[in-house]
Amino acid sequence: MGIFDVYLLEALINGVLLGGVLALLSLGLNLVFGVIDVVWICYAELIMLGMYAMYFLSRVYHAPMVLAAAICIVTVGVLGVLLHVVVIAPLLGAAPINQLLATGGVLFFLQSAATILFGIEFKNLGVRLPVLKVAGMFISYARLLAFGAALIGMVLVYLFLRRTYTGTAIRAIAQDRQIMTLMGVDSRRIYVITSALGGGLAGLAACLLVLQYDVHPFVGLTFGPITFLICVLGGLGNFGGGFVAAFVFAEIISVGGLYLDLEWGYVFAFAFFIAMMFVRPQGLLARRS
Amino acid sequence: MLSIEGLSKRFGGFTAVNNVSFAVEPGEILGLIGPNGSGKSTIFNVLAGALVPDAGSIRFEGREIGGLAPYRIVNLGIGRTFQIPRPFHRLSLVENVVLSGFYGQGRPARARAFEAAERALALVGLPTDRAASVDGLGAAALKKLELAKALASGPKLLLADESLSGLDEHEMDQAADLLRRIRKDLGVTIVWVEHIMGILMRVVDRVMVLDHGEKIAEGLPAQVAADPRVIEVYLGTQAAAVRVAAAAARG
Repeated sequence: MGIFDVYLLEALINGVLLGGVLALLSLGLNLVFGVIDVVWICYAELIMLGMYAMYFLSRVYHAPMVLAAAICIVTVGVLGVLLHVVVIAPLLGAAPINQLLATGGVLFFLQSAATILFGIEFKNLGVRLPVLKVAGMFISYARLLAFGAALIGMVLVYLFLRRTYTGTAIRAIAQDRQIMTLMGVDSRRIYVITSALGGGLAGLAACLLVLQYDVHPFVGLTFGPITFLICVLGGLGNFGGGFVAAFVFAEIISVGGLYLDLEWGYVFAFAFFIAMMFVRPQGLLARRS
Repeated sequence: MLSIEGLSKRFGGFTAVNNVSFAVEPGEILGLIGPNGSGKSTIFNVLAGALVPDAGSIRFEGREIGGLAPYRIVNLGIGRTFQIPRPFHRLSLVENVVLSGFYGQGRPARARAFEAAERALALVGLPTDRAASVDGLGAAALKKLELAKALASGPKLLLADESLSGLDEHEMDQAADLLRRIRKDLGVTIVWVEHIMGILMRVVDRVMVLDHGEKIAEGLPAQVAADPRVIEVYLGTQAAAVRVAAAAARG
């Protein structure tokens, strides 16, 4: 294997690892949009709060990592429910632009609140996870862990959606909101469960991202736009499409960044997104009608 | 079983249903007919909770249900089908029906919901194996699926919305037989809205005719078909009236 092939392989593997986390990020947003038909513009800010929760639990209160992660997931899940009950539910009958603006308002509210409460300093867990050296390639242990946990999280959500009646109802309501309520389903209950699930996924993402990134009040801007674009690329509300789109995006970023600067990977990814919006505006896996 | 008093529903300045009263007796099949825009669907949507009535009362087994949320009305025992079947294509056939069995009965044990779904599928004559897909079902099978979904929720009263539209003649006869069997085997009371009058007249015990949101006739099929007002507003031509009267007489 030539030295260049090793770099390429390393980039491909890192792309897969990044893809797993991006897929997890987009699943939460997609789930909420698919079921409730509202885009949580402030989704990444929930992740930011989760990262702060991890920081305080682990660094300040010295909770064991697994316990901190569990508390973080539950806390952000509760925040998801609060977001739904306080902001989304009263606006369900309103024009979509109002809902979008309201969650956009929550984004700035959370950023400002975090700035006041936590300050603008970058904070981290102070944990340095080792880097694995395999066949001349460097693979970050944090990324490997994040990938594995993201995959487990997604499998659990998948099983929940497939094996339980509540999950089946969530899939059904994502497809046809009107009929579902007329079939005897209390949609408010399904919405609250979905919001808890979406928040929980944001909480899991926070646990994984805090291992790789410092937390600060504006860290949501690092993940928010890309998560949203992945959901759109996969077809908003299409869970499978979002999964595929996450890996496509991650590989473009990772391999694109290999040949030029890292930032170029993002340039390629966003250019690809714009091009795809012309070619397949309904999303990668959209059925042709 | 169901009694409606002075029901009115307006959309802006348009009165879709104007002061309509009628009752449904346990175990009967009541036909609800009328030209397009006569208020049949609006009445159905009000009964199922999809629309809130502007005036009047709807009592189901002695209890006022006007304006209740749709899911609560289903849980009380009123099931409905839709004129245009809207199955969940990303769910299997059984999942489609099981969901209705589970939520329609107010979330009972999983086994009970599954049994209800299997019974409903068997009754309408659709496959009960778990792998069966919704894709590729024809118009007649989709109508059966609609009925199975409604029946899985264990209704006492079934609101059947145009169960015949889009079917060929043979399929229409089968669908009509199915409604008869649902009443006979399950003891379900049925209110049936239909556009195609001939077959409906042979199946129903009584029929009610709406025009411009008002009830213009109610009674036995033969009486109603002979009513000059019904012939005028609904059938338009004398020839059609003769055909329907003949159909009613045959049944």
